[in-house]
Amino acid sequence: MSALVTDHAPTTGDEVITNYTINFGPQHPAAHGVLRMVMELDGEIIQRIDPHIGLLHRGTEKLIEHKTYLQALPYFDRLDYCSPLGMEHSYVLAIEKLLNLEVPIRGQYLRVLFAELTRICNHMLNLGSHVMDVGAMTPNLWMFEIREDCLNFFERASGARMHMAWYRPGGVHQDVPLKLLTDIADWLDTRLPRLFEDAMSLVIDNRIFKQRNVDIATVSKDDAVRWGFSGPMIRGSGIAWDLRKSQPYDVYDRMDFEIPVGTRGDCYDRFMVRVEEVRQSAKIMKQCLRDMPEGPIASDDRKIVPPKRAEMKQSMEALIHHFKLYTEGFHVPAGEVYVATESPKGEFGVYLVSDGSNKPYRCKIRPTAFSHLQAMDFMSRGHMLPDATAILGALDIVFGECDR
Amino acid sequence: MTVLHSSPRITSNEGVKAALSAALGSMLVEAREEYGEILLTVARDSIEDALRLLRDEHEYQQLMEIAGADYPNRAERFDVVYMLLSLTRNHRIMVKLTTDEATPVPTVTTLWPVAGWLEREVFDMYGVLFAGNPDLRRILTDYGFQGHPQRKDFPLTGYVELRYSEEDKRVVYEPVELAQDLRTFDFMSPWEGADYILPGDEKADITHPGPAPVATTAQTKGPPTVDKPKVTETPADTGAGEPANTVAAKKAPVRKTKAKAPDAPAPTENRPARKPRAKKGDPK
Repeated sequence: MSALVTDHAPTTGDEVITNYTINFGPQHPAAHGVLRMVMELDGEIIQRIDPHIGLLHRGTEKLIEHKTYLQALPYFDRLDYCSPLGMEHSYVLAIEKLLNLEVPIRGQYLRVLFAELTRICNHMLNLGSHVMDVGAMTPNLWMFEIREDCLNFFERASGARMHMAWYRPGGVHQDVPLKLLTDIADWLDTRLPRLFEDAMSLVIDNRIFKQRNVDIATVSKDDAVRWGFSGPMIRGSGIAWDLRKSQPYDVYDRMDFEIPVGTRGDCYDRFMVRVEEVRQSAKIMKQCLRDMPEGPIASDDRKIVPPKRAEMKQSMEALIHHFKLYTEGFHVPAGEVYVATESPKGEFGVYLVSDGSNKPYRCKIRPTAFSHLQAMDFMSRGHMLPDATAILGALDIVFGECDR
Repeated sequence: MTVLHSSPRITSNEGVKAALSAALGSMLVEAREEYGEILLTVARDSIEDALRLLRDEHEYQQLMEIAGADYPNRAERFDVVYMLLSLTRNHRIMVKLTTDEATPVPTVTTLWPVAGWLEREVFDMYGVLFAGNPDLRRILTDYGFQGHPQRKDFPLTGYVELRYSEEDKRVVYEPVELAQDLRTFDFMSPWEGADYILPGDEKADITHPGPAPVATTAQTKGPPTVDKPKVTETPADTGAGEPANTVAAKKAPVRKTKAKAPDAPAPTENRPARKPRAKKGDPK
């Protein structure tokens, strides 16, 4: 990297080129959303980047304060719309922590299974668009095939392709049909490895891809810690830190999987960490499918989890519970917790403050992209302008989540 | 309390609170442990020293988040909460301080560069000032935004809305105009202690709620003891406004039709067949 930093201003003939400032975005296909970056360039070398975010700020946290706990859940799908269940996971766990609510073991398995499917789904989008940002088109199209499969599975489980709202405090909303589980198992054995490895074979050893990514934006371990990195970003820098392993939630402690880490901390390492995570996710999903027991999928605490519709037709009490839970909602004991899970993009945290009523008093969302994007300035300093897209692609940013 | 939930399991909190309380010493205001979370409240001015101590000597290497919270009833209305993570000890703590609109909080950008944006966000959302932050601009709200939207006294709808004006050929800002009142549904049961007046209960004595109907037996005889007898002499007494829409109350003038309305068309069978279409070249 040091070779790229010039001591003096580059010249053309006798004329000295002064620094100039350009706008990257707010509408730029490689910005992965609405990001405006004010770039100060010296020739084609980036001197300074000032990312302006908030163009997609919708006041989610404010809206959540005006909704009941259950009504606030779908907002989480709309944060990181590429990996919706990862967002819901933190939120439902935060509520369960305050309520000290037990989730049946099948519910936990289903959550882990679909959290990993979400990870695959997210990485398909990110890996594909990262590859496309540095110039290759085909792998992206192939990986969208896999993403399409994932979305179909989500639809079969919850009825919605993207905004599932399927994780609920106390478990999941509905059980999945057996055929869906067998189809996922088949898909994991045949279609996913074939399509994914095919696409990766085009990229991983590709000379152009390596030239665009190797040694671009190297981040040392110390820097990764100081800049609050998490997820694939911190693992890319060589720190084996994965909340699924170190702070297991649901049934992750029963899963056997490896944590991939990078060696150099550059964009290529971050890419490869995600590639390996897809394989590990498939491994976790297979274990889920193998070990998942029969049983209830949500807690039977009727003061928190609403009864099923069929039950309502028979039982007066179930009808009352249903009515109360979908109007007033449940009350959460006063207190504050911070719960963070390993979302596909990194540590996604929810700081939930309850005042004992049926609405959150405060729900602070810790987005993954916030700290990663902040590091954009120091990561791209001294690099060329076209490297900015590679760095941005390796950050894996979605603005629904960053701006909230 | 036995842990039933399946939230992330960190290293045991056993003895951590006592150890950190002792280490922080006079900087500590309060230490709490509930729901498996350790929450240390420190004096505002010593936050930087406290976090440096926790980072350098107690292995809390990462600052994951700075969250603000607003409690308007308190003298120092804002909470600023720092979430620390220890990668080596696999542990999390929260460090908290309180402040108000005017008192700045010392920055921690000196300890973690990531604090720069996190503090900017708290400043943007709550208006908490951070002394020493080199770049305390707004971050999430619009360019030129006024106010701090996460404060509890900031309305959910905000104050301005924007639209594209076809006349001006640009986006214009206008005061928010709601076509319908913002609907706030409150399903709290009154018998579980709703702290507001239910519709129809406006006349009830809210300051002294209780079994009122039984206690008022002494006053049931004779006229009610009120300051002024109730009269309905003038509209001011009754509270009635102007008569509703006087124009509408007027009798509609009878419209006189000059010509007789045409009759309904004759039944189809009786209609004459359409004349054959004039052929091209026919003499006119």
